[in-house]
Amino acid sequence: MNIVDRRPNPKGKSLSNRQRFLARARAEVKSAVQDALRKRKVADVGHGEKVAIPTRGIAEPSFHHSRRTGRAEHVVPGNKEYVRGDEIPRPTGGEGRSGSQGSPDGSGEDAFEFTLSKEEFLDMFFEDLELPDLVKKSLKETFAVDLQRAGYTVTGSPANLSIRRTMRNSMARRISLRRPKAWELEAMREAIDKARARGAEEEAERLLRELERLEHRSKIIPYIDPLDVRYNRFDRVPRPNTEAVMFCLMDVSGSMTEAMKDLAKRFFMLLHVFLIRRYRHVDIVFIRHTSTAEEVDEETFFYSRETGGTVVSTALEKMLEIARARYPTDRWNIYAAQASDGDNYGADSGRCVTLLGGEVLPICQYFAYVEVGDGMGGSLTGLSRDSDLWRAYGEVAPAHSHFVMRRVSDPSQIFSVFHELFSKGGVRA
Amino acid sequence: MPDTHSASAAMRLEAATPLFSGPNWDYTGLRRVYDAVERIALDELGLDVYPVQVEVITSEQMLDAYASVGLPLMYRHWSFGKRFAYHETLYRKGLQGLAYEIVINSNPCICYIMEENSMTMQTLVIAHAAFGHNHFFKNNYLFRQWTDANGILDYLSFARDYVQKCEERHGAEAVERVLDAAHALKDHGVNRYAHRTKPNLAEERRRAEEWRAHSEATYNDLWRTVPGAGKDKEDPDAAEARLQEIKRELGLPEENLLYLIEKRAPRLEDWQRELVRIVRLISQYFYPQKQTQMMNEGCATFCHYEIMRRLHDKGLITEGSMLEFLHSHSSVVFQPDFDDPRFSGLNPYALGFAMMSDIRRICEEPTDEDREWFPDIAGSGDGYGVLRHAWANYRDESFVLQYLSPAMIRRFRLFHVSDDSTKPALKVEAIHDDVGYRKIRSALSRQYDLSRREPDIQVVDVDLRGDRCLILAHYVHNGVLLEEKSCRAVIRHAATLWGYSVKLLEVDAATDKTLKTYEVAPPG
Repeated sequence: MNIVDRRPNPKGKSLSNRQRFLARARAEVKSAVQDALRKRKVADVGHGEKVAIPTRGIAEPSFHHSRRTGRAEHVVPGNKEYVRGDEIPRPTGGEGRSGSQGSPDGSGEDAFEFTLSKEEFLDMFFEDLELPDLVKKSLKETFAVDLQRAGYTVTGSPANLSIRRTMRNSMARRISLRRPKAWELEAMREAIDKARARGAEEEAERLLRELERLEHRSKIIPYIDPLDVRYNRFDRVPRPNTEAVMFCLMDVSGSMTEAMKDLAKRFFMLLHVFLIRRYRHVDIVFIRHTSTAEEVDEETFFYSRETGGTVVSTALEKMLEIARARYPTDRWNIYAAQASDGDNYGADSGRCVTLLGGEVLPICQYFAYVEVGDGMGGSLTGLSRDSDLWRAYGEVAPAHSHFVMRRVSDPSQIFSVFHELFSKGGVRA
Repeated sequence: MPDTHSASAAMRLEAATPLFSGPNWDYTGLRRVYDAVERIALDELGLDVYPVQVEVITSEQMLDAYASVGLPLMYRHWSFGKRFAYHETLYRKGLQGLAYEIVINSNPCICYIMEENSMTMQTLVIAHAAFGHNHFFKNNYLFRQWTDANGILDYLSFARDYVQKCEERHGAEAVERVLDAAHALKDHGVNRYAHRTKPNLAEERRRAEEWRAHSEATYNDLWRTVPGAGKDKEDPDAAEARLQEIKRELGLPEENLLYLIEKRAPRLEDWQRELVRIVRLISQYFYPQKQTQMMNEGCATFCHYEIMRRLHDKGLITEGSMLEFLHSHSSVVFQPDFDDPRFSGLNPYALGFAMMSDIRRICEEPTDEDREWFPDIAGSGDGYGVLRHAWANYRDESFVLQYLSPAMIRRFRLFHVSDDSTKPALKVEAIHDDVGYRKIRSALSRQYDLSRREPDIQVVDVDLRGDRCLILAHYVHNGVLLEEKSCRAVIRHAATLWGYSVKLLEVDAATDKTLKTYEVAPPG
């Protein structure tokens, strides 16, 4: 006989097969993820349920019998009550699972849905995207310490005592060493009393000796022995302090239609998912504005209607105010996304430019401006004139590589625009 | 084990110290255990095995091995990645433990054992795989007839390299298309009857390499430019004669779809034929395993049980190890009832082990019923001999038909239900009573019969003069048709290989009536 140790063999023998498999499933993963995005709330997207991928494109078909036709026979174990001639209602689902054997070589597995976990699907989703300027902030990161469960240990502080584990050990030991139980002793004492009452002294004497033996036994076998005691063990793992806040700025004046808001919502969703990939904790601040700006909750942000003029600078001011009050830049990475149809009160654009260039952009990691159209052409045709805001922001853009602006008019463009904004190799404004 | 108690007590007096104590294994310990197991297996059970190579692997490598259908090397294909992802998901979620071992029908017999196993488990694994399975592989007639244990590893390594070379030359996508299609037909790429010579995989490999070298050496691009090469006009009579000739040559009807495609598909290139051949030969290699799964596991489980028991009797393993072994053994041979949520068919380990033990019981302590049912072997006293004979000469189907005793039917409380899709309810046809034993036995045997379990599909005709359509027939028994969606998908794959359209007729085997027709044109 030879013994060969194969453990040092190179790892990842299946890696290339796995990559081939994922490449094949890619189209389905993407469509599943996009379906999911459509339905969920901004903050739910990233930590939602898992997305199951049907095995359409990755099915391995083979000829097999249909279970819904003809006459089949099964021999199955475990008969309890049936006699010959009994009728059994067909198991629900009509597939007749009772006794139907899966094919032995595993080819019956086509029915399974291979589930990518959240991490896997987001990885795939964002595989060629990258956060701009991630490096800058990560240099400043401070490290905090997290406690992580790491099994059990026999030493530790009383506060970490694992009662379940300890009692389990204690019970197992008591059972295996046959420690007399309290009620057994009690029953014995009663029996002695009864025997005495009956006058059966000899039997009482015997029982007494037995009782003494048992009592001695229960003394030398303690209820809880130091051997049984277990403590929860925790490891200390350093974690980078990565917290991010995402400002969602949106114009909600009358000129923004529902369709435009929906587009904006999708964009915000993507950004949120993307951020929680990179940061442990992401705050979202919703700021809506007409001629004045206010911080609101998500529901109000997307679904309530407002009327009024449009003064964009108010939103930027609000954002600065909140950032100064709650999100100091030494602890927070600030991202902002602004969605608007491009309308602005004429004299305000200049102020926007000053605010944006002078105060907002210096504290932001990234600022994306998305101009949503109604899909009817409008400024997207390139023939009509640019909107006020677009022109104003256009002045700022060249000087700041972390400021980008894009136009979107149709849900199908959202992902490609997003992709463009965050694709690896830098942002092209 | 009351019957061996006194004997074991006597033996233990002169017994050696246990082979190991504690859960950790090491190489010298493994060797000691192997030697002890080998002595029992060869001298006391009379097993006959290939030389063994034990390979220690990690759990990740075990998952790798799962993915490539248990073979140590395999060509690359996405479906293996899918299998890996599937098993990995289950394993990581804790829904499925990993096997303790994988054993390969090769010479020397390669036996993978996991590093996480305790010494007791390693002992069990060596007894189970390195002796139980190994004996079965070496002696069972199906394996002897259909597989070439000496050549398989070299052939697999050739296959892997060949597929890789094809990918380099023709692109991964083109290779994948052929392999996908061939995989879809692989269950129908086996010869079910021995009318060809035993495979010799070393020869195979040399053949393929020579052919490639030859075609490279004689390749001349000029031939491509000769106008009308190979398209000389023939007179109609000669064409007709040639047609008949070809049809006869095709040997129709043919049930080995991949064989026919490999030899006759009009539009395949040589490398594509070779890929089809690789899939076909590997499929053929697994064919005996599919037919003997229950026996094979039964044989291995029975062997490990006997060997462990004897090791214990000799005092070579401690009481603690024995308990650990019994715990794992009893979960392996656990058979949930049909109405149990854990039920997924008959457990081959449970039925196999029970039948093997039962045969031994019949030989050694028969009841009157056994004498009536098994006059040849009841009371013969040579349980191991009868078992060795059964292991060598039966497959699941015939084994059940021959050896399933009423005692077993009672013990498993087997019952036979028929499921007629035209009726609203299932009907119990037989249970474990005098009237039912034979019925259950033959029904269970049919259930293990691969040629009934898999659809009966044959190539019946090729329209050589017309559109070269390949015509397949599925012979329908008991009205059970093919599952429509997958059937369409497979025919599409068949059309990819054949290059022209493919038609499948569902023909009732009893009346010869065509029940349903599928037709698929080739892609592109």
